[in-house]
Amino acid sequence: MAWFVFWGYQLFIVLAATGYVLGATQSREYAEPEWYVDWWLTIVWLAYLAIFIGTIVKRRERHIYVANWFYLSFIVTIAMLHVVNNLSVPVSIFGSKSVSLFSGVQDAMTQWWYGHNAVGFFLTAGFLGMMYYFVPKQAERPVYSYKLSIIHFWALIFIYIWAGPHHLHYTALPDWAGTLGMVFSVVLWMPSWGGMINGLMTLSGAWDKLRTDPVIRMMVISIGFYGMSTFEGPMMSIRAVNSLSHYTDWTIGHVHSGALGWNGMITFGALYFLVPRLWNRERLYSLSMVSWHFWLATIGIILYAASMWVTGIMEGLMWREVDANGFLVNSFADTVAAKFPMYVVRGLGGLLFLTGAIIMCYNLYMTVRRSPAIAPTNSAVPAE
Amino acid sequence: MARQPRQERQEPETTGHEWDGIREYNNPLPRWWLWVFYATIVWAIWYSIAYPAWPLIEGATTGYKGWSTRENVAKAIAEAEAANAAINERPASAELTAIADDPELQAYATSAGAAVFKTWCAQCHGSGAAGAKGYPNLLDNDWLWGGTMEDIHTTVTHGIRSEDDPDARYSEMPAFGDILEDEEIAQVANYVMTLSGGTPPDAEAVAAGEEVFLDNCAVCHMDDGSGDIFQGAPALNDAIWLYGGDYATIVETVTDSRFGVMPPWQTRLSEAEIRAVTVYVHQLGGGE
Repeated sequence: MAWFVFWGYQLFIVLAATGYVLGATQSREYAEPEWYVDWWLTIVWLAYLAIFIGTIVKRRERHIYVANWFYLSFIVTIAMLHVVNNLSVPVSIFGSKSVSLFSGVQDAMTQWWYGHNAVGFFLTAGFLGMMYYFVPKQAERPVYSYKLSIIHFWALIFIYIWAGPHHLHYTALPDWAGTLGMVFSVVLWMPSWGGMINGLMTLSGAWDKLRTDPVIRMMVISIGFYGMSTFEGPMMSIRAVNSLSHYTDWTIGHVHSGALGWNGMITFGALYFLVPRLWNRERLYSLSMVSWHFWLATIGIILYAASMWVTGIMEGLMWREVDANGFLVNSFADTVAAKFPMYVVRGLGGLLFLTGAIIMCYNLYMTVRRSPAIAPTNSAVPAE
Repeated sequence: MARQPRQERQEPETTGHEWDGIREYNNPLPRWWLWVFYATIVWAIWYSIAYPAWPLIEGATTGYKGWSTRENVAKAIAEAEAANAAINERPASAELTAIADDPELQAYATSAGAAVFKTWCAQCHGSGAAGAKGYPNLLDNDWLWGGTMEDIHTTVTHGIRSEDDPDARYSEMPAFGDILEDEEIAQVANYVMTLSGGTPPDAEAVAAGEEVFLDNCAVCHMDDGSGDIFQGAPALNDAIWLYGGDYATIVETVTDSRFGVMPPWQTRLSEAEIRAVTVYVHQLGGGE
């Protein structure tokens, strides 16, 4: 069944990608694939859920570790979000086109309930699950606080699910629903930071490893970006801030500091931990390459996010700029022209991040290739 | 994998759980974390009382501050309109040509017109009004339909070749591909290039091209190629081209014709806005 989930998910990716290329789309953000793909993903995802729950039920130890709570909440909630947001009636059994069950502002609200919680339960809860395993493993330290992990887990999953309406401030969505999304987003701040505290404080007593272990450094910067994004998010959900930030590149910067910084870096850290163990290697091929990856990725994200903050705030201010009589001062094309230099910086940041990832691929490939017994002959550069 | 953690001075207690070598300390919740969490909850409760929040069977609570996004916008628009009311009426009632004589009115109309232009016109004519292929440059003094205040006003109000407005400016160049032989089109294209001092690829065809031009084109574009703004026929004796002045483009234009459309703006803009944008376009440099 695990093989079914693996290959089934690969098939889902192929189906989704062919849909993009062939123009079969529901026009829903993060939920573009049409009904036939949605059905297939539902089947695969339920199999995934069955494997996960089955494993938990058959476990031979009493304690269920916190990473598994986060994983379970991730799998269950994504299933629910996916099914509800994709409720639609196919136009015909042989055609890809379908019509959504929702329309107008209800449609928008369903979409952002889905979209926001996809971030919350996939990119936050799912990756917190990874963090809770790989950080204590790599640091070889106990998790900082069991109590904190319980409280912040339940607070996070209870509060996150309400925060979606903050994507629809100043739209047709009624004010009361906007308030709901906004206050829950602000209350979500501390539960999100609970994960950051537990991750960082797990390293207390092992801070010296920051100097010697670039993998730990990667995980720490990842948690740092997590903390920054989960502060920035509640701040941007506040109406007054949102009226400036919405529709601008600020949102793009926010999303990428989370996706590249938090999700990307913790994934890199996990890969650096896993690959030597899965292939029974003593160590990584090159730690200095990990260091290079770390610095390239970190500088890349900083360039990317900082340039998007600058353009976002600039274009927000330019859009709302009016003269003494209340007339618009800038046209849309003026704002696009003004953003150009920052887009060059953004492109450079992305290039650095990608370069780092390519270095990682090479490093991991060489880690697998280089059997411990014949290490000296196979490596041109001596491993550190 | 069961390596021992290094000794700490005060090792906190663990919960006794161990999972794949990971143990858990039993540290309390950080104080500051808990208090900030409580503070956000208290703030959330206050905010939901102060602002629209709790859904009821009909509508929702409005909050004691009486705050509403829609009312705020309506109020801001009403305030801006009230502030501009006096001066806003004047461009609509004044003689078009008299606006330029009143510096205050001219300044107001220009900034109002700039805002209209940036919102509605810049998509085709460019935010600097320099135009693009198929979209006329509004900065020069080459006008297809006339560059006086009245001419610009009529063009903006009714549009060009629009089916939505019976008073739209209208002209239609025939597609000469159906009328002339390919050889004749080649000849006339060579001739047209010489009108604005260009170098035609086939100089020997120019004389024959002039014949073709006088028989077929001069009725609208005039014998000397100076065009006719009453028919919207572009001048061909200057170096300004709407679609391009190279040989291939001229052949294409003659063969298939062109049919550029501009929407009538009276359906979307108020008379004051149309007049303002007229003043704005007129003062860009090419106004007559």
